[in-house]
Amino acid sequence: MTHVQAIVVGGGPAGLAAALRLREKGIEDILILERETLAGGILRQCIHDGFGLTRFGESLSGPEYAQRFIDRVAQEGIRCVADTTVLDISSDKTVTAVSRKRGLMQFQADAVLLTMGCRERTRGALAVPGTRPSGIYTAGVAQNYINLQNIMVGRETVIMGSGDIGLIMARRLTLEGAHVKGVYEVLPYPSGLPRNIEQCLNDYGIPLYLSHTVTEIRGRERLESVVVAQCDERFEPIAGTEEEIPCDTLILSVGLIPENELSLAAGVALDARTRGAFVDEHCQTNVPGVFAAGNVLHVHDLVDFVSLEAEQMAESAAEYLNAGSLPACCLEVKAGADIGHVIPQRISGTRDFTLSLRVRKPMRNVTLVLAQKDRTVKRVRLRKALPAEMIQLTVRKADLCEDADLEVYVE
Amino acid sequence: MKRIFTCVVCPNGCEIEAEYEGNRVLSVAGNLCPKGRDYVTQELVDPRRTIATSVRVTGGTMPLASVRLTKAIPKNRIFDAMREIGRITLEAPISIGDVVIPNLLGLGSDVIVTKNIPKA
Repeated sequence: MTHVQAIVVGGGPAGLAAALRLREKGIEDILILERETLAGGILRQCIHDGFGLTRFGESLSGPEYAQRFIDRVAQEGIRCVADTTVLDISSDKTVTAVSRKRGLMQFQADAVLLTMGCRERTRGALAVPGTRPSGIYTAGVAQNYINLQNIMVGRETVIMGSGDIGLIMARRLTLEGAHVKGVYEVLPYPSGLPRNIEQCLNDYGIPLYLSHTVTEIRGRERLESVVVAQCDERFEPIAGTEEEIPCDTLILSVGLIPENELSLAAGVALDARTRGAFVDEHCQTNVPGVFAAGNVLHVHDLVDFVSLEAEQMAESAAEYLNAGSLPACCLEVKAGADIGHVIPQRISGTRDFTLSLRVRKPMRNVTLVLAQKDRTVKRVRLRKALPAEMIQLTVRKADLCEDADLEVYVE
Repeated sequence: MKRIFTCVVCPNGCEIEAEYEGNRVLSVAGNLCPKGRDYVTQELVDPRRTIATSVRVTGGTMPLASVRLTKAIPKNRIFDAMREIGRITLEAPISIGDVVIPNLLGLGSDVIVTKNIPKA
């Protein structure tokens, strides 16, 4: 078994940024394990622009954004082993991986950085009734076919769910000559970012139907039509509102789930709200020396923030490697009224940290409050607060005390 | 006239309430930065967007190279631009930043490659 100081599981945007920051912090022995043939993760197929505005101050495509990190990883001589699938991580940080070229490999790591990203919810998770014809894709799979493999997925298209990738694909399919008949979202508000509603749907005259869902899939070999219906506030289809829409393609954009099979194997405890790990302000999980950042921790809207979070994680991991441990985080961060989830879930109260959160429902002109017992730590006025938009703020140690949990709520 | 615009310049996606007369913006509210006012002004006179798509590649490790525009073009020329870009086939190797079509359709925007593709 080979000893490695830090193993980074996954060479997507989070893993690449983490590895680079580890190196900057003086960690020499780093190994990135990547399942695909090339590093870059999902960015490889995200050919639209808008990446890097926060990070680089310019609007890049996904592949360009990824390449900047890939080039630096190469310059730094950080080992990135591709075509390699991690099979298991144990709680003592033994990492088992396999590749066609090298066979089975085992590493003993001092620190493991989990950066596996997320995967898409599928038709199975939604249990949409009907037949099982071809022509049904998740948005990311359709994106892979069109942008990487030069395979067109269909002509007459219906999109179920208004997640960002679905919106991006509505535009992409339209540009490639397909007809997108509409986007059907079960919630009474869009799941994707407002700017994507504007530039991907409104720009191309694609209708968005809120409080609507697909209730049936029809067709034998190939998809022939879907039935859509209006939904009530409990997301139940309303009888009598059904409409059959002829189509050959159904794209699902119904949510992303952090990819945590390996985390579970390592004994990492998951938060039912984020479906990612419980972490402290060091991005450290309940297993000492095992860290998580990026979409494997909680699904982000923007890659710029994935990179930033991964870098913060790497700084803590470097500190862990150099000092052998990190300051204890005994205070809980609690998601209060109208807050969907918070990251991190535990803090020390002795350091600055970045708080990430999502609200439960769309709100206007509200105040976000951070409080310890009866003491207000921070108040932030928000003109709009949408579940589609992650909110991040820096909390200063000067504003925190060390003996009370932190509650986050909307006033 | 009053209208609500969703600014697409950056991920903030500001909701901008704008008052205007013809093509003249009288007031804007809700934008976090001055780009919001410029966006509204541009939207009224001449709405512009960038596009990203792919071109065929022969002799490379991948069948497609992603491309994008260096500057926004008028919205109503997007499908003309797609047709023009669709005519292109490149030969590997190609690199990020390679100009595929300079000054696309005379619109002052270049089509550039956004992916490195080595020879197969």
